[in-house]
Amino acid sequence: MKHLMSPLDFTTQELDRLFDLANDIETDPNKYAHICEGKILATCFYEPSTRTRLSFESAMIRLGGRVIGFSDAASSSAAKGESVSDTIRVISCYADICAMRHPKEGAPMVAAEKSQIPVINAGDGGHQHPTQTLTDLLTIRSLKGRLGDFTIGLCGDLKFGRTVHSLINALVRYDNIRFLFISPEELRVPDYITDMLRSKGISYSEVIRLEDVMPQLDLLYMTRVQKERFFNEEDYVRLKDFYILDTAKLALAREDMLVLHPLPRVNEISVEVDSDPRAAYFRQAQYGVYVRMALILTLLGLA
Amino acid sequence: MLNVGKIEEGFVLDHIKAGKSLELYDHLQLDKLDCTVAIIKNARSNKMGKKDILKVECDINMLDLDVLAFIDHSITVNVIKNGEIVEKKALVLPAEIRNVIRCHNPRCITSIEQELPHIFYLADPDKEVYRCRYCEEKYLDSAK
Repeated sequence: MKHLMSPLDFTTQELDRLFDLANDIETDPNKYAHICEGKILATCFYEPSTRTRLSFESAMIRLGGRVIGFSDAASSSAAKGESVSDTIRVISCYADICAMRHPKEGAPMVAAEKSQIPVINAGDGGHQHPTQTLTDLLTIRSLKGRLGDFTIGLCGDLKFGRTVHSLINALVRYDNIRFLFISPEELRVPDYITDMLRSKGISYSEVIRLEDVMPQLDLLYMTRVQKERFFNEEDYVRLKDFYILDTAKLALAREDMLVLHPLPRVNEISVEVDSDPRAAYFRQAQYGVYVRMALILTLLGLA
Repeated sequence: MLNVGKIEEGFVLDHIKAGKSLELYDHLQLDKLDCTVAIIKNARSNKMGKKDILKVECDINMLDLDVLAFIDHSITVNVIKNGEIVEKKALVLPAEIRNVIRCHNPRCITSIEQELPHIFYLADPDKEVYRCRYCEEKYLDSAK
């Protein structure tokens, strides 16, 4: 039985098959509308995450299946002190597949070890959020037509950004990708990532200003710079506008560049950018449903 | 010069970093074995200046050499039978260690679910980096 704990659990060949399936679902959703009839997805969310949970639920319902679950720890048996191991043993009796989000890192892996059904890690603390990475990869592959041969700029909080680290680790498996890291000094990408890139001979640069590299980018992955990450108010005020994408900055970009964002967006992308054809973040959310549909089918052995 | 007698069957763990023998004693759970154990601290060593030595008189299958390798794979392990050294065992870093060290990441699931085993895997043999199986936090070793 296969689970999904990390985006690296799938080989690039397996990912290609998954993304082909997701694209087929996108093309002809009716073909898949009843394929999971009689199947149940359990969404076990020990902390609230409306977007991810609804994306999973939408995916299962669009496949003809049904959904049970809870959306925060207070309404689950965890509030009574039940362990993840015990909960998943019980959930295994109720459902055919489980998507689990938990504030503690590694909790979905504990569940997978005891589970009789496939478990999908829907986010475990600051550790992994593999379906976000699969969403990012599918979006790039679908809209760019390839995974590889591009320059990607990652902008914002690159130090604490789990989605960014996970995306970098997933992208280094493809050929000829150049990384441009755009962040304030305080929020630079961790050393273990730049060490890894150097050891693999992968090209990267680190810059402070988005405008400096905008014309070079095929993809721009935006993340939020949170005020509380800064050591002092003065630095935050000085730097925050560097990391807000507006139409003036976007004017420097190529016509075919794409802007991605894991969402929720707060103010790091001005709403005026939304109508630009390069703004791909809402399409990205749609791909999130397709990739979760493909993942559910794959893990249930129905693909 | 202090003299400690020969053992008939068991191990002599030599070239232990000076002062570390008691930690090894704990990790190897020698307190749970009903056998003779000699702990020699700060013995003179040509190679190391000072070193510790542990002599354990026990069945030679009773010691967990994986634990020993994890703690210090430069230790020399002499296997003794009939009072003679019959083998010098090479220590190799174990691929996985279970319930020897604990994950100290407060965000790890092992921090709240007490019954879970603490499992670490060898993530980087060159740099001797072990990571928690669950949260992948690097084990920062102050004991080694």
